[in-house]
Amino acid sequence: MATRDYSLLGPNARQAVDTGLAAAEWYHTDIPRARMKDLMKRTDQPAIRDTAILFACMALFAGIGIALWPSWWSAPFWLAYGMLYGSAMDSRWHECSHGTAFKTRPYNDWLYQVASFCMVRNPVSWRWSHARHHTDTIIVGRDPEIVAMRPPALFRIVMNVFGIFDAWHGWTRMLYNASGRIHPEEAAYIPEQEQPKVIRVARIWVAIYAATIALALALGSMLPLMVIGLPRLYGAWHHVLTGLMQHAGLAENVTDHRLNSRTVYINPISRFIYWNMNYHVEHHMFPMVPYHRLPDLHDAIKHDLPPANTSMWEAYAEIIPVLRRQLAYEDVFLKRDLPATAKPYREDFHSAALGTAAE
Amino acid sequence: MPWIDACATDDIDQEDLIRFDHDGRTFAIYHSPDGTFFCTDGLCTHEQVHLEDGLVMDYEIECPKHNATFDYRTGEAKRAPACVNLNTYETKVEGGRVFIAV
Ligand code: FES
Repeated sequence: MATRDYSLLGPNARQAVDTGLAAAEWYHTDIPRARMKDLMKRTDQPAIRDTAILFACMALFAGIGIALWPSWWSAPFWLAYGMLYGSAMDSRWHECSHGTAFKTRPYNDWLYQVASFCMVRNPVSWRWSHARHHTDTIIVGRDPEIVAMRPPALFRIVMNVFGIFDAWHGWTRMLYNASGRIHPEEAAYIPEQEQPKVIRVARIWVAIYAATIALALALGSMLPLMVIGLPRLYGAWHHVLTGLMQHAGLAENVTDHRLNSRTVYINPISRFIYWNMNYHVEHHMFPMVPYHRLPDLHDAIKHDLPPANTSMWEAYAEIIPVLRRQLAYEDVFLKRDLPATAKPYREDFHSAALGTAAE
Repeated sequence: MPWIDACATDDIDQEDLIRFDHDGRTFAIYHSPDGTFFCTDGLCTHEQVHLEDGLVMDYEIECPKHNATFDYRTGEAKRAPACVNLNTYETKVEGGRVFIAV
């Protein structure tokens, strides 16, 4: 059984480069160019509508939460506000990092900055780390965004339901960057000319947190932190719930997103919060398609994909047993069957990397 | 610089591009919304992915891999993760054909 080293500077990173797995050609379903152009087309309207709804709801829930504070009657409103701050902002960060949410670039950039702040992800570093996630999706030693590493760190995943590790990492890295330093792992994927921007943003954020903490001290109340900062913890659960489904339990070190990504049908409220990233195979295959066209893309290519999971329950019913087996034997993974209409997986290409599929 | 006959003007839809390979090199030829033709290197300067499957919007090409954008008239990299400009090449149209100077 191979032991994995997920560090970007470790032996698996070098091996991925040596074997040609890094920056490889990936499988794509064929789509006529005219159809693809239509799917990729940008427009402002859907994201303006969704952003207006998002911020209106945040203002409303936080306003009621403040009005009812410190009564426990405020709790449901904080939970709702937190879910938007600590989870909906994850998908806004993601979509805007691709620049696909709006047609007008400054709108993308503005929402990207706000969402990055809420998620405590430096907007410069994470743009590069996410580019790497797309180049080398779930390639061990290359992808900096693997959530369910093998063997799965279940304690870490559960703690992240409350944002503990991620937010702690975000805040400590913010302080590290604000002190004028770039971490060696960041230096592996952020070009040198971009690095001063990482430091500048970190310093602005430190100033915002300092002002929030100062206000909390002046008021003798944690209320300001309920609005800024803490929702990253108490509202993180939804983005962890949906995000874990993206790749957990599936193959590593392959170059076909059908083997390492998962599409799941989910309820409309979760789709609003997650901005359609439940169509995850589709997103990875064609990252230029805006979130609001992913259902159409799904219809266009589903004949070539493993059947989508029909609900979050069904997805987790398939994920949890595989993660449990990976605790004992980390080479186990889930390989989904393709429909008869699909082009088969290239076994010759992937067999070395695939290891043992779970039955 | 020799002029190379690359394609017919109607081989490229307006606000779109095609790939053109010549002499071991690869290029992207664009048909802009105002009807003018432009030519750049074919590979994105970020990770050398071909731009042929990218999206042309007005005077920009967006890379299909990580959504970097370039002004295809000047080659200027406009959006991360690309930081290096594309090389551009002169074009001319004669007799319904697009020629590039490479
Ligand atoms: S290869 Fe073009 S943006 Fe990365």
